[in-house]
Amino acid sequence: MAALTPISRKPLSLVIPCIAGAGGLLGLFVGTANGSGLLGIVIGAALVSLMGLFFIFVLKNETTAKWISILFVAGLGFLFGGVPGVILGAIFGWLFHWFIYWTYEGRYRARLLPYLTPGQVLWHYTFLFICGAIFVFLITPILVVMPLSFNAQDFFTFTPEMLRLDPEGYSLKHYRDFFTNNEWQRSFKNSLIIAPIATIISVSLGTLAAIGLSQSHVPGRRAIMAILISPMIVPLIISATGMFFFYSQIGNWLEGTLGFNKTFVGYVKVVLAHAVLGIPFVIITVTATLVGFDRSLTRAAANMGANPVTTFFRVQMPLILPGVISGGLFAFITSFDEVVVVLFVGSASQKTLPWQMFTGLREQISPTILAVATILVVISIGLLTVVEMLRRRSERLRGMSPS
Amino acid sequence: MSDTTQSGPVLAADGTPLKRSLHRALRIQKLRALMLIAPLLAFVLLTFIVPIGQMLFRSVENDIVANTLPKTVIALQDWDAASGQAPDEAVFAALAADLYVASNEKTHTRVGSRLNYETPGISSLFRKAGRKAKKWDVENDGPFKEQFIKIDDGWADPDVWRTIQTYSPKYTNGYFLNAADMQKGADGAEIRPESERIYITLFKRTLIMSLIITGACIVLAYPVAWILANLPSAKANLLMILVLLPFWTSLLVRTSAWKVMLQQQGVINDTLVWLGLVADDARLVMINNQLGTIIAMTHILLPFMILPMYSVMQTINPSYLRAAKSMGATNWTAFWRVYFPLSVPGIGAGSILVFILAIGYYITPELVGGTKGVFISNRIAFHISTSLNWGLAAALGTILLAVVLILYWAYDKIVGIDNVKLG
Amino acid sequence: MKAKLTAFAVTTALVAPAAIAEEMTIVSWGGAYSKSQQLAYHEPYTAKTGITIINDDSSAEAVAKIRAMNEAGNVTWDVVDVVASDAMRLCDEGLAEELDHDAVLAAAPDGTPASEDFGDLIVSDCFVPQIVYSTTFGYRTDMVGDTPPTSVCDIFDLEKYPGKRSLQKRPIDNMEWALYCDGVAKEDIYDVLGTPEGVERGLAKLDTIKDSVVWWTAGAETPQLLADGEVVMGSTFNGRLFSAIAEQNQPIGMLWDMQSFDLDGWIIPAGLSEERKQRALDYLYFATDTQRLADQAKYISYGPARKSSAPLVGKHASLGIDMAPHMPTDPANAGNVHIYDYEWWADNRDDLDAKFQAWLAK
Repeated sequence: MAALTPISRKPLSLVIPCIAGAGGLLGLFVGTANGSGLLGIVIGAALVSLMGLFFIFVLKNETTAKWISILFVAGLGFLFGGVPGVILGAIFGWLFHWFIYWTYEGRYRARLLPYLTPGQVLWHYTFLFICGAIFVFLITPILVVMPLSFNAQDFFTFTPEMLRLDPEGYSLKHYRDFFTNNEWQRSFKNSLIIAPIATIISVSLGTLAAIGLSQSHVPGRRAIMAILISPMIVPLIISATGMFFFYSQIGNWLEGTLGFNKTFVGYVKVVLAHAVLGIPFVIITVTATLVGFDRSLTRAAANMGANPVTTFFRVQMPLILPGVISGGLFAFITSFDEVVVVLFVGSASQKTLPWQMFTGLREQISPTILAVATILVVISIGLLTVVEMLRRRSERLRGMSPS
Repeated sequence: MSDTTQSGPVLAADGTPLKRSLHRALRIQKLRALMLIAPLLAFVLLTFIVPIGQMLFRSVENDIVANTLPKTVIALQDWDAASGQAPDEAVFAALAADLYVASNEKTHTRVGSRLNYETPGISSLFRKAGRKAKKWDVENDGPFKEQFIKIDDGWADPDVWRTIQTYSPKYTNGYFLNAADMQKGADGAEIRPESERIYITLFKRTLIMSLIITGACIVLAYPVAWILANLPSAKANLLMILVLLPFWTSLLVRTSAWKVMLQQQGVINDTLVWLGLVADDARLVMINNQLGTIIAMTHILLPFMILPMYSVMQTINPSYLRAAKSMGATNWTAFWRVYFPLSVPGIGAGSILVFILAIGYYITPELVGGTKGVFISNRIAFHISTSLNWGLAAALGTILLAVVLILYWAYDKIVGIDNVKLG
Repeated sequence: MKAKLTAFAVTTALVAPAAIAEEMTIVSWGGAYSKSQQLAYHEPYTAKTGITIINDDSSAEAVAKIRAMNEAGNVTWDVVDVVASDAMRLCDEGLAEELDHDAVLAAAPDGTPASEDFGDLIVSDCFVPQIVYSTTFGYRTDMVGDTPPTSVCDIFDLEKYPGKRSLQKRPIDNMEWALYCDGVAKEDIYDVLGTPEGVERGLAKLDTIKDSVVWWTAGAETPQLLADGEVVMGSTFNGRLFSAIAEQNQPIGMLWDMQSFDLDGWIIPAGLSEERKQRALDYLYFATDTQRLADQAKYISYGPARKSSAPLVGKHASLGIDMAPHMPTDPANAGNVHIYDYEWWADNRDDLDAKFQAWLAK
């Protein structure tokens, strides 16, 4: 990024107020929980400042300081909060040590441009803090779900045993339920069959149409666009009932006239319904990517003798691929997380995961749905990490430095 | 060029006039574009527009009364609803004849439940009368007026007859009137009594809350999209996982998670009480109200805002900002006058996505909205799946769709739909 | 012996495909309730006839879906489990098959015809009652002090029992409870509720606790809210409460007063082919006989709809406790019961619902 900024130690007049403030903040919480907030602030500020002075003037060894800080605050945590207190305390201990050295050594400037004013530095870190808070907002619900999925009870409740970190309060029974219960397994499989096929349909048809739409002279472009994104606009419950009639007729025709198997026809109905719902996302993403697409490239390709199909796959496709992929992602999620339409269009043998979750929530609150969510989160973290690693590897192989 | 005065048209390489050749090329180009669009257009028209059109058509369709009670409808034409009297024997005889046929085909109760939406009590009038009418000899068992009134004195109520008369035509605007908190009274459309008005309130609430949610999403998404677009891609990709994870988690699970967090004995309140910031007997109410709906839906829709903003911001060259600053702009001016205008298409795309998705949501408001945080879609769902009043549901849906289309049109005029970037 | 076995295997191999090819779709609510039906009805029936039963957990959308199927002319369901009021609605709309109960259902073991054995629980010509359930109140035993609530009117007593209560988000039951606790005699409730003043009176009574109510729509919500301590008391189906108390050991008590008696049972959708209809009837004949209905009570605490089944109710299948005292039909529990008037609600449901929703939104 920027040139390395030389760092220098900061005066105590800056360091002490900062670390005292951090200590005071924790002290405030512990203090109010135990009766007096004011006393908490004073004690917290004093303890952390003393710790800072001790590290700076006496100890002078950062690794030892780290362990002292962790153990010391964890010990305090134990006094106030038992076992969970130890864990929280250890985390805060590590934070304090890090914060003391970060301010004292002036490390906070290391990655910033050298000419920034203190105000800009402060704003930079405030901004980072705000972003961090938003990321916490995004991710907390998922973090809450994970421990609850190990609940020994059949409720979405943090039991006292769980809060004490008592092993009695935890169990794997909801995971067992997911892996042994036929209903869950079947619905999981159904989702894995339906979502990818629906995505492929909406991505392939959607990309073609988006390319058509991006040509310069399309009669009635606005009207066509409005029609194509209408599945996103109509309230789902109306779509669901409306589609039900149509797909029943399609189903009758496929079964009666063409003699297809009933289960197969059931899948066809759900896949078609989900494909339609995914189309607006593909259309919008791909047309957006095509707006910035340099058309002289296709002309150049044609000039050099490529036929339209070759041009599409060798020139256009690689360039608009990011848009296609994110459109496909939206379409996949639309199908994978869709419950209203499948409730109407599907029948028992096409029960998808969201449907099973929906009945699970309504008929018996069962943390199995949390276990499923946790498993899905772990799988997707895994997938995303693998993709990222592959991307970095290919960049390395191509001799590019990671940008 | 001006001095080459040639007579005759300019010719293309192959000797055809250039104008025609260009025309042909344009036509081919148009044709090719249409051929690319055609399969999808046909697919969407067939599998979506037609079924939805059929569904929305129910909002005006009303042929059940005329089809099931043909004789009564004709006989009732001459009856004057303002007279305050039940119609005479001729109408009752016609009804008896109609009911005889209908009850043997088991369609009489269907009319009853249709008319019951308008005037409570009609459902059981038809049910009871149908039971008797099945065994009547229409020619000889008359006169019927007393017999009907003996079955249930509701048949003597002119209101019942007025309802049948009002809903005789094959098409009605009654559902739309209902959807606008009105009803067909004795003298045309009138406002419903205050104790029954609900839909206008719900429409307003749906619009206002969707706007708030969209606003909240813009505020929260902007810094995140900015930081994703400005970090080195390795770090940005890691953070992207945090944005995508909630996206991968089922909507139902996330809604339940918010319940666990927001309720009075929930995670947030417990933490605040434990920290001593809130007294145990004054726990915050954050769920089963509008706040709960706003928080949960903002969380659910946030990725739909972040992703389009991110893709737009990625294309903004960071050197613009540096250039502005080097020319003496303050941080704020550089951002507000240079960066922000460039990022507007992203905000627009995200906003329209989030707003349209929010306006049609119903599962999340149902679970966390309590009484004040539910949307119009909740009523639509209720009329579809519980009360079976599909005409009213279709009317509400049509109005909602019209509102969205107007907004879409306005958006297209102001921002231009081509500027929408989503990925 | 061996030859015999082989012969047996061969005949089954030849016969089996024809038998296995037959399947029927039975629709129910899902969760523990479907499981009890699976164990008590479906499995024995499959064992007896070889017909495969497919479970579809769509009862909550049943009315709408049956109507849509009927209009589309493609009814894929064979037997559907619905609550009595839904059965009535379906019957009114001509979407369910009308049945002659004595002709199609088994008589009691002592020969009493089915219509007498079910008695006035047959609330609609299309409806075959299966269970009796109650919408009643559960309360947190550790949050009510030494005086647990004994009357339904304690719901409206915010001083004695401060805290939130959960009620179902619909006028049915709540309006009756409100009027009853406002001093209307039990037998006059529907007369009063039929007048505009009565509706206002009921809503005014509900107004007194409106700020303390959490409204639920799914039956699983109240047990969850009680387990969290989010509400002091709340209404739900008695089977849910039983499961939370007996199977999950939650500190929850049950209030048996003015509980709303309701029914759940089977209907056959209209428009089936004659062959499928006969098969559905055959299933109903099997699944609603005296012993089967009593069997279901082993798995869930809902009372069998036949009078003749009551003495046969045994112990809980896994906990081994006597189920009879947990049934809504048990005399000790049924001291003061509210009988839900189906006919009245069929007429007034839409109107009252509009008023109720307008009141909620205020």
